Amino acid sequence: MDQLYFAAEVMVNGLMTGVMYALVALGFVLIFKASGVFNFAQGVMALFAAMTLVGIQQGQIPFAHLINAVFGTHLHNFGWTVPSLLAILLTACVMVLLAFLIEKLVLQHLVGQEPIILFMATIGLAYFLEGFGDVMWGAEIKALDVGLPQGISDTVDELTLNWLGYGFFIDRLDIWATVIAALLVTALVLFAQYTKQGRAMRAVADDHQAALSVGISLRFIWVMVWSIAGFVALVAGIMWGTKSGVQFSLSLIALKALPVLMLGGFTSIPGAIVGGLIIGVGEKLFEFFAGPLIGGATETWFAYVLALIFLVFRPQGLFGERIIERV
Amino acid sequence: MKLTLALAAAAFMAAGPALADLVVPNMSYRTGPYAANGIPYADGFNDYFSLLNERDGGIGGVRVAVPECETAYNTERGVECYESLRPSNPLVLNPLSTGITYQIIPRASNDGIVIYTPGYGRTSAKNGSVFEWVFNAPANYWDGASVAVKHALEVEGGDLNGKKIALVYHNSAYGREPVRTLEELAEKHGFELVLLPVDAPGQEQKSQWLQIRRDRPDFVIMYAWGVMNQAAIQEAVNIRFPMDRFIGIWWSGSENDVRAAGAGADGYKALTFHGVGRDYPIYDELQQYVYDAGRASGAGDQAGTVLYSRGVYAAMVIAEAIRKGQELSGEAEINAAQLRDGFEALEITAERMEELGLPDFGQPIALSCENHGGDGLARLQQWSAGDGQWSLITDFIEPDAEVLDPLIEEDSAAFAAESNITPRCG
Amino acid sequence: MIYREAGDFKTGYRADGQTFPIRLDRWGYYAALAVAFGIIPFVINNYWANAVLVPFLIYAIAALGLNILTGYAGQVSLGTGGFMAVGAYAVYKLMTSFPEVSILIHILLAGGITAAVGVLFGLPSLRIKGFYLAVATLAAQFFLVWLFNKVPWFYNYSASGQINAPTRTVMDIAVTGPTASAPAKYLVCLVFAFALAWLARNLTRGSLGRKWMAIRDMDIAAEIIGVDPLRAKLSAFAVSSFFIGIAGALLFAVYLGAAEVGEAFGINKSFLVLFMIIIGGLGSIFGSFAGAAFLVVLPVLLKNVFVGGMGWPTDLAAHIELMIVGLLIMVFLIVEPHGLARLWSLAKEKLRLWPFPH
Repeated sequence: MDQLYFAAEVMVNGLMTGVMYALVALGFVLIFKASGVFNFAQGVMALFAAMTLVGIQQGQIPFAHLINAVFGTHLHNFGWTVPSLLAILLTACVMVLLAFLIEKLVLQHLVGQEPIILFMATIGLAYFLEGFGDVMWGAEIKALDVGLPQGISDTVDELTLNWLGYGFFIDRLDIWATVIAALLVTALVLFAQYTKQGRAMRAVADDHQAALSVGISLRFIWVMVWSIAGFVALVAGIMWGTKSGVQFSLSLIALKALPVLMLGGFTSIPGAIVGGLIIGVGEKLFEFFAGPLIGGATETWFAYVLALIFLVFRPQGLFGERIIERV
Repeated sequence: MKLTLALAAAAFMAAGPALADLVVPNMSYRTGPYAANGIPYADGFNDYFSLLNERDGGIGGVRVAVPECETAYNTERGVECYESLRPSNPLVLNPLSTGITYQIIPRASNDGIVIYTPGYGRTSAKNGSVFEWVFNAPANYWDGASVAVKHALEVEGGDLNGKKIALVYHNSAYGREPVRTLEELAEKHGFELVLLPVDAPGQEQKSQWLQIRRDRPDFVIMYAWGVMNQAAIQEAVNIRFPMDRFIGIWWSGSENDVRAAGAGADGYKALTFHGVGRDYPIYDELQQYVYDAGRASGAGDQAGTVLYSRGVYAAMVIAEAIRKGQELSGEAEINAAQLRDGFEALEITAERMEELGLPDFGQPIALSCENHGGDGLARLQQWSAGDGQWSLITDFIEPDAEVLDPLIEEDSAAFAAESNITPRCG
Repeated sequence: MIYREAGDFKTGYRADGQTFPIRLDRWGYYAALAVAFGIIPFVINNYWANAVLVPFLIYAIAALGLNILTGYAGQVSLGTGGFMAVGAYAVYKLMTSFPEVSILIHILLAGGITAAVGVLFGLPSLRIKGFYLAVATLAAQFFLVWLFNKVPWFYNYSASGQINAPTRTVMDIAVTGPTASAPAKYLVCLVFAFALAWLARNLTRGSLGRKWMAIRDMDIAAEIIGVDPLRAKLSAFAVSSFFIGIAGALLFAVYLGAAEVGEAFGINKSFLVLFMIIIGGLGSIFGSFAGAAFLVVLPVLLKNVFVGGMGWPTDLAAHIELMIVGLLIMVFLIVEPHGLARLWSLAKEKLRLWPFPH
């Protein structure tokens, strides 16, 4: 019986982890849907957002290291701290500014190019932001604390202990992540369905040319979409940064999002969520039951093999648009 | 393009240190995935040599040049650094990366450059009769595993029979190092060993820690690096694993690793082979000659941290070996071969460390032609989240040589056979 | 007026179909070869070989291989690192099991083994297309790395899991191991790079290459005109993996000398090689070399300028180097979206008309 409960516990935790993956995947889907760009820089954007948040919160002087190296000064800190909520707002503003600059300086010049070229532009962006983030805020590990609780949830533990005789472990951060992800997705769906800008965004996603011809400003939509993706990156950055500190590895979470995207389809928001959940549960259960037999650490490849097997049967992904090919 | 490159290369060669210096390069990484760990280590290493230069005018009257080369913890960049440093005739290299160490062991052995890898690198390099140019004193990965088990023995009152010890490790060459040792020790002491590999980078370890929560091992030993440390400590806090039964290797025991987990990390233990904190007389001199004089390396905010202290420790051992080499050869400007002789005759006693302003900072070291790895003692430090400080909680503990020596013999013999090396040392 | 084709008459189909139809190009090509084979080996030093030219040539081979698959046959692959690992471990096992056989044969065999593995992981490409195919190759990437990490037979049961290349010679000159000299390493890589580039060029303009390109442009249409997608796709995977396997074998045996699979052949390597071909130009032999040069040589150059030339702190230099590489990629794209190869051919186009552009 315990074994069964334990499997259930692993599954629940897998679902929660899946939500964390889905959060990252969401940023990819948004941009891909609206502009056909596979944004390689999404992971680095999450890192950059989290670094900026910590930097603002703790009153770090941006570019301190560069200034010190050039002028021989010893600047580090403004000596104040900014409340979390305000810092998050300010960071969101920075991300909007970033989106604006990306559109103005890069994308604007690449309108109408093939997807692979836009993809490549985001590679350049990823390189640039990685260096820029380090120059701006420094490369050391920063603890991120915006007041999200962490650790085992006693309520769930006690409840399940009394109820089933087996205490379930659930991380309070995961619960929060789930709630926040649900809110975020709801907000995005509402925005896309019921606001003028949202409808314009969907029109652009359907057909650039047609959208342009009815007077929708492509540039405005792109700035908006990149801003939203920047905001999603910020949320993902906060979640993962709270888990393990803000540092370079944060940008690697993008790798976790890839199989989610493959599974869920690049163009579907529900796909990103469901794909994330399937991968989260699948890899945890597999590591748990097959890991000891074949030597463990299977989590890196299991997600891809799962997505691969799945795709062989359904080449367009879970919710992807059906591929119709004509000569 | 080629021309500019040639010019740049020429400029680079010209900018190298003057020939009369003792060249001890600092192969550091201040960027990339492990930057947070590379920065303090590099700063400590630089600052110690700055102190020697400013206070004593170098070692034996010759200044020490410490050219820095950024490897970003990437082996290919490590090769580039190695080649760019080689024309300046470096005495000793200290790359702080097991991958780069493996990479340059054959090259440096061929070119006659000493490699000093305190607490990392190739464990069997302890056998000096096979690895002529490599030194890994004072302790290696296998020593660490053995000391951790000894500490567990001590906590359990000398008996581990029927106990369970889990090893959470980085699924790479480095992380697998202690597996063999722990398996042997499990047989000897009768405990059950549970292996839990985590793939790099290691941000996601929930399934491993759920397993720990279910199996409730008596101890968890961890060999991790970078983000895996923070994630593991956070997960341990999350499942409320008793932190004083969670023991990290020395690469899993810096401020960076515990700080992100906040108050929950209180009581976490890690191995170390040197002291920690600014409570040593040498810091007064560092303050006077280096920090206040504006010569501090990097941002200058790392003094006294664990990895900074490790950088100081590495620099101190190298400086002592240089001194010994000068004494043996009678020359002030020694070459790498003379430094190797210095290392092989190296003896750092407790009194000597006190003279250096580092009383009880490390264990006494005595190396020889056969023994390039010292005695492998290590002690435990414990994190106090309240003060945000590590404190040493045990004295130096001796590893189980009876188990380790045959393993080292076996591995170095395999390397010797593979590379056609005839063991030296008489 | 320096570069023109006037007066360069072709009198046969053969001359018309040659790789460099313009005389000046041909001369340039021969001159480059003469320098590469005749001059550089005599002047090269360790720094230039190990830090610049050897990695450049090895990455150029890998980029050629990936370009065949992605640029010519249109199959996106993110498994390059994993396939390079196959090459590296294959050559390691061969080198240590049959020390008496020439290393050059081992390297070729390693390429062959990688080709077989590549075909295996290429099978899903018959069902999965476009970006989605990347997942199949990513599965290969992660699974292969995991496998080499897990099964001790691959690293000869060494305690550390690292593989070390022992010294092997070609005509009594060491080309692997610590005693190998700079010219020897350089020449081995150059010979492979030259032969493989020649092979790639001739394959891609032959019937096989045309089949690949037909599949790339539209696989259904290609099928209708009689191209067998199974054979075309799998042959692209095989040839591409052969190249990549050789690059992996050279990377381990000649360049690095020691490797650990997760570090040397991780996902970063796959991305790096993909970036090379996109930046260099998809479907271009020259582009493979240009892309490799851009991403291998430029960082070294920048590092030497900043740290060596201007004496900046190493960390600041490394960060700014990343920013510059990123900026240059974006600037190049805005100026010319189809990679360095297109930039190069546009420059030649302009030169042909110069100084009378109309």
